[in-house]
Amino acid sequence: MSTITSARFGENARAALADKQLQVALGHVRINFIEKRAKAIAALPEFDALRDAARDIRDHVLNHLDLYLERFEAKVIEHGGQVHWCASAEDARATILSICREADAKTVTKGKTMIGEEIGINDFLAANDIVPVETDLGEYIIQLRGETPSHLIAPAIHVTKNQVSDTFRTHHTDLDPMRSLEEPQTLLAEARDKLRSKFLAADVGITGANFLIAATGQGVIVTNEGNGDLTQTLPKTQIVLASIEKIAPTLEDASVLLRVLARSATGQEMSVYTSFTTGPRRAGDLDGPENFHVVIVDNGRSQYLGTEFQPMLRCIRCAACLNHCPVYQAVGGHAYGWVYSGPIGAILTPALVGIDRASPLPEASSLCGRCEQVCPVRIPIPSLLRRWREVSFADGHSGSRARLAIRLWAFAARRPLLYRGASAMAARLMSLVGGKRGRIRHMPLAAGWTDIRDLPAPAGRTFMAQWARAKGD
Amino acid sequence: MRPRVGLLVTCLVDLFRPQAGFAAVALLEAAGCDVVVPPAQTCCGQPAYNSGDRADAIAIARQTIEQFEPFDHIVVPSGSCAGMLRVHYPALFADDPDWAARANKLAAKTFELTQFLVRREAAFAITAEHDGAVAFHDSCSALREMKSIAEPRALLRAVRGLTLRDLADPEACCGFGGTFCVKYPAISDDMVTRKAADIVATGADTLASCDLGCLLNIAGKLSREGKATRCFHVAEILAGLGDAPAIGEARGGEASPGRVTP
Repeated sequence: MSTITSARFGENARAALADKQLQVALGHVRINFIEKRAKAIAALPEFDALRDAARDIRDHVLNHLDLYLERFEAKVIEHGGQVHWCASAEDARATILSICREADAKTVTKGKTMIGEEIGINDFLAANDIVPVETDLGEYIIQLRGETPSHLIAPAIHVTKNQVSDTFRTHHTDLDPMRSLEEPQTLLAEARDKLRSKFLAADVGITGANFLIAATGQGVIVTNEGNGDLTQTLPKTQIVLASIEKIAPTLEDASVLLRVLARSATGQEMSVYTSFTTGPRRAGDLDGPENFHVVIVDNGRSQYLGTEFQPMLRCIRCAACLNHCPVYQAVGGHAYGWVYSGPIGAILTPALVGIDRASPLPEASSLCGRCEQVCPVRIPIPSLLRRWREVSFADGHSGSRARLAIRLWAFAARRPLLYRGASAMAARLMSLVGGKRGRIRHMPLAAGWTDIRDLPAPAGRTFMAQWARAKGD
Repeated sequence: MRPRVGLLVTCLVDLFRPQAGFAAVALLEAAGCDVVVPPAQTCCGQPAYNSGDRADAIAIARQTIEQFEPFDHIVVPSGSCAGMLRVHYPALFADDPDWAARANKLAAKTFELTQFLVRREAAFAITAEHDGAVAFHDSCSALREMKSIAEPRALLRAVRGLTLRDLADPEACCGFGGTFCVKYPAISDDMVTRKAADIVATGADTLASCDLGCLLNIAGKLSREGKATRCFHVAEILAGLGDAPAIGEARGGEASPGRVTP
């Protein structure tokens, strides 16, 4: 994905709040995800212990990533597959293109992959005369609409059902224009019918990976539609595209991670499909690809290993932090301006594109902490947001006015007498402005407050002044 | 022996709601404590800390530790500022063993007001009365950092005449978030609008909370929307001050235009 608008988060957010269709669509985030997750977790008393185990597995992997990646590669080769190491998005695109060229590919089917979005693979393939076809229903919808995913696991969460009907009418021009598209089931059937021929025509299938199992050389994906299996097994060439941190050491480790993943994501105990792929088709296998490739992408992640940002790489992309975030709920995913949105996006985006291009994201949080509370691998998201703010503050990205205001305030807060005097003056001034009404409706320099709410005015004298007088100090 | 309690008044109570500070003192004294208000306290340093100004946050934290470490307990009428001392001071000094030891010691004896009052249960009974229905708002720090959830509710239930009402979504942030509310007013507005609607839907006539930041935000929104819900710091209700003018409420006499020109 080439355009990054994270630096304009403020504008994006205001536009999102004014978008009535989007606001209707976002209403489903609250209702669907939060309640379902809560129910699933209430039914599993050991959930918090599982989260600890999941966190420990992820930390262990990140602390020994080189070892496990090499073990994974050896296993893939043993099964007759190939592993391609790509340092950058550019490397990954070139590698995938050359695999597609080798397969003489005209059409590529795709399962949902966020790393695919990150490296902008669809646009790149299209520019090289290869047609990429998204097979996940949500991804298919937004591909037709020329949009990007706005959520980690529900890419079309920002689209209403009526918008989907309109999109299908516009693009499926061979069908009866008068057909009824009122029911979600009808929409699903139509998409399935359209995709069926694409699955059969595809020369290459690209899927992501929820996990790469080091001990067995397998890729694991979870889906609810079965499209991932068809993408993996029907084309002659299969590509698993994954970022370096996706390793799980063993199948047992993966099963712990899967137990927290589905519950945190959709409130399911397990996703409908959990699919394991192990190399190319062997003699006597009924199906499977002839060529099996795993493309493993770093794209800036390894520089954060061993730093205080390392815990962000524990993420297993469940989206619980997005679903529970009041900022995400208000503005949706596109406002964040790049591939990853919500609290985890506000940490990953500065890491992967540079804080200078994404400095508003870590600021756009009330640090309420609900994200950390629901994270299945216990990423300390508020602490990492704060850490980015420190980087911004030191590098001057946080805005000179805000910076000056904080420095001035801190100058006073470090000098109790000055602070006493300044707060006594502020109390008197605001009390005068508030008058007998007791609140301030408009205040210069405080429009950020008074544009949307009154400012309750102080009564006149500070606590410290009254206390000192009462105690006769 | 009566415990010596250092009261961290907090900058917002000091400036906007002295009455909540005096209510806290009265409650602590009723609970058998000697209350001291260290005169050189300013603020816990959270505005600097959350703005990425770590150097100033550390300087202010050191000053606060020096002021408060002599006391048996540090009590704070705010989940947010208590959380700063309890959770974030130790984190700030993680690389500085001497100060880390002092910060950890301070953290271990720092309490949010209602938490501390419940710990003093044996020496303390609520005598206040409040005729009406009160909705309680959990601040995010009281909820997640201090885990002060049952305590304010238990104390409010002990107030004679008071009916406690639950919000439908008590874990949602009100949209205050310190400087967040003025940096991203449109998003903050979305959050506080939802919170205000949740509060109004309870039918309660009064809102109480442990944190003045949330209260200023919510009271300001309710009054902008013309709602009659009266907002108080939980200490004020527990001290029987629920009949005084609420946060942002008229202090009697003729109305002023409430407008200032530069």
